[in-house]
Amino acid sequence: MTASPSAGVGRERNVSVRDTDVVLEADNLSTYFPVRTGLLGGGSGAVVKAVDRVSFDIRRGEVFGLVGESGSGKTTLGRTLLKLVDPTSGAIRYLGRDLAPLSEREMRPLRRELALIFQDPNASLNPAMTIVQGVGHPLRIHGITSSRAQTRARVAEMLERVGLSPAENFLDKYPEDISGGQKQRLVIARALITEPTFVVADEPVAALDMSVRAKVLELMLDLQRDLGLTYLFITHDLATARFVCDRIGILYLGQLVEWGRSDTLFDDPQHPYTRALLDAIPLPDPGRRDRDKRLPRGEVPDALHPPTGCRFHPRCPEAFEVCGWQGADLIDFLEDRWTTVDADTFEAESAATGPLSGVEVSRYAVRFPAADASHLLPLLRDLRDARAGRVFSAVDDVTEDRGGVAVTFRDGPEPALQPVAGRQVACHLHGVVAREDSEAIA
Amino acid sequence: MLGRLALAPVFLFIILTTLFVLLRVLPGDPVTAALAGRLSPAQIEERRQASGLDEPIYVQYLDYLTGVVRGDFGNAVTDPRAVTEIVLDLFPATFELTVFAMVLAVTLGVVLGAFGARHRDDPLDVGGRMFGILVYAAPVFWTGILAQLVFANRLNLLPTGNRIGARVPIGDLEITGFYLVDAVLRTNGEFFVDALTHLILPGITLGLVISGVFIRIVRVNMLQTLRADYVESARARGVGDSRVLFRHAFKNALVPVVTIMGLQFALLLGGAILTETTFSWPGLGSALVDFLNRRDYAAVQGIVTFFAVLVVIVSLLIDFVNGLVDPRVRY
Amino acid sequence: MTDHVVANRAPAGGPEPVLRVRELVAEYATPRGALAAVDGVSFDLHPGESLGLVGESGCGKSTLGRALLQLMPPGGAVRGRVELGGRDLVGASLPVLREIRGKDVALVFQEPMTRLDPLMRVSDHFVEAIRAHRPGTSRREARAMGRAALAQMGIPPTRADNYPHEFSGGMRQRIMIALGIVLRPQLIIADEPTTALDVIVEAQILDILDALRRDSSVGLILITHNLGIVAETCDRVAVMYAGKIVEIGDVRQVFSAPKHPYTKGLLASTISLETTRLHSIDGTPPDLVTPPPGCRYAPRCPFVMAHCTDAVPLYAEPEPGQLAACYLYPGANADGRATPREDAEVAR
Repeated sequence: MTASPSAGVGRERNVSVRDTDVVLEADNLSTYFPVRTGLLGGGSGAVVKAVDRVSFDIRRGEVFGLVGESGSGKTTLGRTLLKLVDPTSGAIRYLGRDLAPLSEREMRPLRRELALIFQDPNASLNPAMTIVQGVGHPLRIHGITSSRAQTRARVAEMLERVGLSPAENFLDKYPEDISGGQKQRLVIARALITEPTFVVADEPVAALDMSVRAKVLELMLDLQRDLGLTYLFITHDLATARFVCDRIGILYLGQLVEWGRSDTLFDDPQHPYTRALLDAIPLPDPGRRDRDKRLPRGEVPDALHPPTGCRFHPRCPEAFEVCGWQGADLIDFLEDRWTTVDADTFEAESAATGPLSGVEVSRYAVRFPAADASHLLPLLRDLRDARAGRVFSAVDDVTEDRGGVAVTFRDGPEPALQPVAGRQVACHLHGVVAREDSEAIA
Repeated sequence: MLGRLALAPVFLFIILTTLFVLLRVLPGDPVTAALAGRLSPAQIEERRQASGLDEPIYVQYLDYLTGVVRGDFGNAVTDPRAVTEIVLDLFPATFELTVFAMVLAVTLGVVLGAFGARHRDDPLDVGGRMFGILVYAAPVFWTGILAQLVFANRLNLLPTGNRIGARVPIGDLEITGFYLVDAVLRTNGEFFVDALTHLILPGITLGLVISGVFIRIVRVNMLQTLRADYVESARARGVGDSRVLFRHAFKNALVPVVTIMGLQFALLLGGAILTETTFSWPGLGSALVDFLNRRDYAAVQGIVTFFAVLVVIVSLLIDFVNGLVDPRVRY
Repeated sequence: MTDHVVANRAPAGGPEPVLRVRELVAEYATPRGALAAVDGVSFDLHPGESLGLVGESGCGKSTLGRALLQLMPPGGAVRGRVELGGRDLVGASLPVLREIRGKDVALVFQEPMTRLDPLMRVSDHFVEAIRAHRPGTSRREARAMGRAALAQMGIPPTRADNYPHEFSGGMRQRIMIALGIVLRPQLIIADEPTTALDVIVEAQILDILDALRRDSSVGLILITHNLGIVAETCDRVAVMYAGKIVEIGDVRQVFSAPKHPYTKGLLASTISLETTRLHSIDGTPPDLVTPPPGCRYAPRCPFVMAHCTDAVPLYAEPEPGQLAACYLYPGANADGRATPREDAEVAR
């Protein structure tokens, strides 16, 4: 039983978690998807780094939460851990054995022990199979039962367990005959019927109404206790994660930015992104609506062109000079600025920069080739001196360059995970620690 | 776009090689096939050598390919002219016919399709769809003969065939070979009317056959776009109904029409061949049939090669136009 | 009778309501018969006020949003009264409705990804919307108005001429809101505006809606299933169940002391950062083609009494300004009596 200062929040943790018993471990795991731009699939070599060098471990009997927004890579990571998607590099150690190099044939017998609960019950249940056929399917595939009668008996038992009682009423129905919450119980029944060791639950209650979620979550936790399961709980909903998970990892654009015990994370978040997520969650308490919320600007960037250095830096309210500022950030700054100034100032300044579509952007520099240098130079220098934006903390020099204006930046490495206050955080605010395999200069 | 440009020669190469192999698979050789029995064996041998049929197969192949690049599609055996000359002579006729047919098909398809979507399941919509299926299913020569029987024979409204009346001194009037254009250039009303009346029956016949696909595609697309979220949003902003219909639903429904035009082009050429034969239209299609009957496989190879190159070029053009029409496709 | 009870009083001496809805019914034709997705809804909205319309799937809230602007799909019918500035929209002619839509009332939908014409530039959307209501506006002027509205939403003027597919989901929703406010409407109806968006973007959009309301006293009806959003953004809240409003009142009052059993259940089921126990509501919402007799929540209600299924309860007013359609409180019976249950309430 974990005792913590914030006892009272979250459920009663009733499974003892032994620190040394690791069920699954991700070791520098990456999953990249090549982008096909050429007709013959050749492509330009661009990749989407859906999961980028992620390392963490999951202990026996715990619920490990993987939290992130869209583009964070959480779904891809969940599927990679189960080898439903092939990892590009790194190791997936299940009970000590690396799954990454295994062929599908070698994985087959292991699949009994690894289960996946999907998000949308309407999509994951075969509408052409009766309930007994659908839920019993894994038993037949793995040869656990050898006759129809046996399968039927096992399915009935499982249905009773997930609360679909009396089971006889459900066995020969089709998924369309039952409600959303009941369908999700079916998905759970099907996933757990082979009595797996490790279960990945991908947004298991996101598609359900609020009044129904609790029942399904309670079911999942009861089954965990009864069958000794270990869960990876993937969600975008931090509130549910707080209640259900023992430890949590926060993902942003394919990388882990913070992970550790959930009470530690929620009571005292160290990464600005974690803090932003917590601030952003609306509380059903009108009395607290005027609380101070530091929301980051902008949205999750395109995964094809992730920001350099720390991936969160363009949006981070606390970013400073080593966070990896680059040319594109200066363009963003100008565009943002132009939403706040009056039309005349906008006209004047954009005339000074020239059309933004022609600007040359590289990792450490940006050049305005069509700029009116006599106006742009003083403008940029003034903005820099006035620290008008965080990007200027990393600006090295603003000079005239072949008739245009060039701005150069100082380097900023990717932050590595470092232990801070009992969890791991990837943020230079706690001391600049670069990842060893930080990307080379583009 | 660049990728597509790079692929075009590859496709062309595959098509040409296939053509070459097909024609060589036939027993004998083009010269013997066409002229056996009409010339002495020695003369045939002479002709064979002149045509380069003595050369090893790979030399013939290379000659063929390089010829295409130079615009030389070979020489006919039963006709003193080179294929290129034949093409230049007869292609304008085929072009006029196919363009007329395509314009008619697209117009008919768009109008009937849009109308059908707007008045879904009304008698007119059902009628329009049935019409589309009928014209699509009916063989083009059957439709053509029927049209000739009714409009030319019985009603005497239009000529049965040919491109221009016997009385018209075409030798003097012709400039480009596109009679409608020439008539405008010569500001000769009689010429224009004559050319047009000859174009109507074959043009409509061919156009009708192709229109079936357009009617269905436009109708299905419009049914979708009429229910689209952005259409609902536009209505919610108070945009007028006719503008919503035309600017949003209709325009978006037309986007695939350009692609369909490209896909239908090859069919159009095939249909043109049959139409020209039915109406004695002196174009490349009927010439092809003639040469086939005469077993002049060299000429056949040349003309079919030309058609193949044409289809590839049109496909490229269609892709380009697609990029103009749909901003999501450009990069 | 309904009028007197439902007309939530404005702050003393306050302005007339922007919107007055009385006994609104919105029906669909289904193979099994008429389905009243909205079945007798009444409420007022005052200028600058934000009303949250909250409920779970199938309660009728999305239909209500569309029914207010008479935007039902073919086969749908609307009855009742929807008065905007004195004019009744139900049964109004198409030209009148067209005039109001986009100019006096803006509707922001749920899925921003598909709400813009993919073949039209964003700036052209503005030109179209502005000219639909002010035909004499020059293109230049309309574009300038569009850029200003976009800037207000944080979209840089340099991107005004981009096509919709060049924007992300959050930005498209901002564009939709900008399109909604460019003609300065009196009322915005936002139907699940942030459901398809991430939580941080959601917070940004809600901030925008909040700022709009405060700065230009635009009325806001926010339709959502997320109680947290309502708590953070709204002045009043109306809880919907099975096509009817079961409780309506000031948001602080309703959240701290909910009166209707469904509201209590819903609040208890909401998982927030501070949830200590899980709670759910047994059963499922009723079939609206043949709704159950009397109170529609009776089959699931932990406080149900024998007479709850006799007749649909009227609105009682257990606290000033807070209405609940429940027999637990005096006024719900036609004769004004109440028969409260003796048991303690479910702990939250």
